[in-house]
Amino acid sequence: MGSIKRWIPLIIFVALAGFFLKGLRLDPREVPSPFIDKPAPAFSLPVVGDAAKQFSPADMKGHVWLLNVWAPWCVSCRQEHDFLMQVRQSGAVPIVGLNWKDKDRQAGALLEQAGSPYLAVADDQSGMVGIDYGVTGTPETYVIDKQGIVRFKFIGPMGPQSWHDKIEPKLKELGA
Amino acid sequence: MKKAWLFAALLAASAPALAEEARALADDPAIEARLVNLASDLRCLVCQNESLAGSRADLAQDLRREIRTQMKTGKSDQEVIKYLTDRYGDFVLYRPPFKPVTYLLWLAPLLFLAIGATTWFFVLKRRRNNVQPEVDEQQLAAAAKLLEEDQ
Repeated sequence: MGSIKRWIPLIIFVALAGFFLKGLRLDPREVPSPFIDKPAPAFSLPVVGDAAKQFSPADMKGHVWLLNVWAPWCVSCRQEHDFLMQVRQSGAVPIVGLNWKDKDRQAGALLEQAGSPYLAVADDQSGMVGIDYGVTGTPETYVIDKQGIVRFKFIGPMGPQSWHDKIEPKLKELGA
Repeated sequence: MKKAWLFAALLAASAPALAEEARALADDPAIEARLVNLASDLRCLVCQNESLAGSRADLAQDLRREIRTQMKTGKSDQEVIKYLTDRYGDFVLYRPPFKPVTYLLWLAPLLFLAIGATTWFFVLKRRRNNVQPEVDEQQLAAAAKLLEEDQ
């Protein structure tokens, strides 16, 4: 009896340490999105480079696609850009860009210079569409299925590892 | 001491001036008061340890503007909060709602109180059972004698 009691503080310590260790590994930016398994909010925005054209998520009905929220002023988006070019070349899935709060109107020139991984880029100058999607910072990527339902949200720049671990299995599941 | 009084008097005199200045900034003080009241209970999603009322992040400014607009069009606080939780989830609320996933969060203090009370109860109970060992007069006298000898 006495010997078990002696271990109780250690057991409590190990349990707490376990929780804290887990907490250290969680990313506070990865806020769960309330849009998972809900329809992607509708919008209609002019397309970067061709303002006469409009893009709406309804245009992508029947396709699994990615909505990549980015901005020319966003440093980690540039880092992600190279990887997105690879995805485009592989033809795995169409990517639509949402150019978020680009007040200086840089997106068109930037894509012309660096190449565009996007099927189209919708121009969300006011940032209201981003807010409708619950965007907190760029880059953020939504996986949207053939029926226009949001199935997954990735926060931060995608790379080969996160693509392989998270996005690719999701795309397979949705039949992209 | 005199200085302290002077300081207090100056502070008291300056308070109305400060209030005037703040009021002049807002075009509709009633809405602004509601906004500050509501937004101080909401989290800024960019710098997560700041409230939406206090943050200078770009997104926080956009959201404040949106809340202001919605309030001007007659939306209630509840409707504004729903607008935000529909988009950002319960994470925007500093006061999480009471629902199955948060039961543990809300009830943990009671749980800890219960654990403490139970422990306390058993400790007291054991202490009561720990009756003093019976010592007869002879033994007490012997002990006293021993102590005396020691000195």
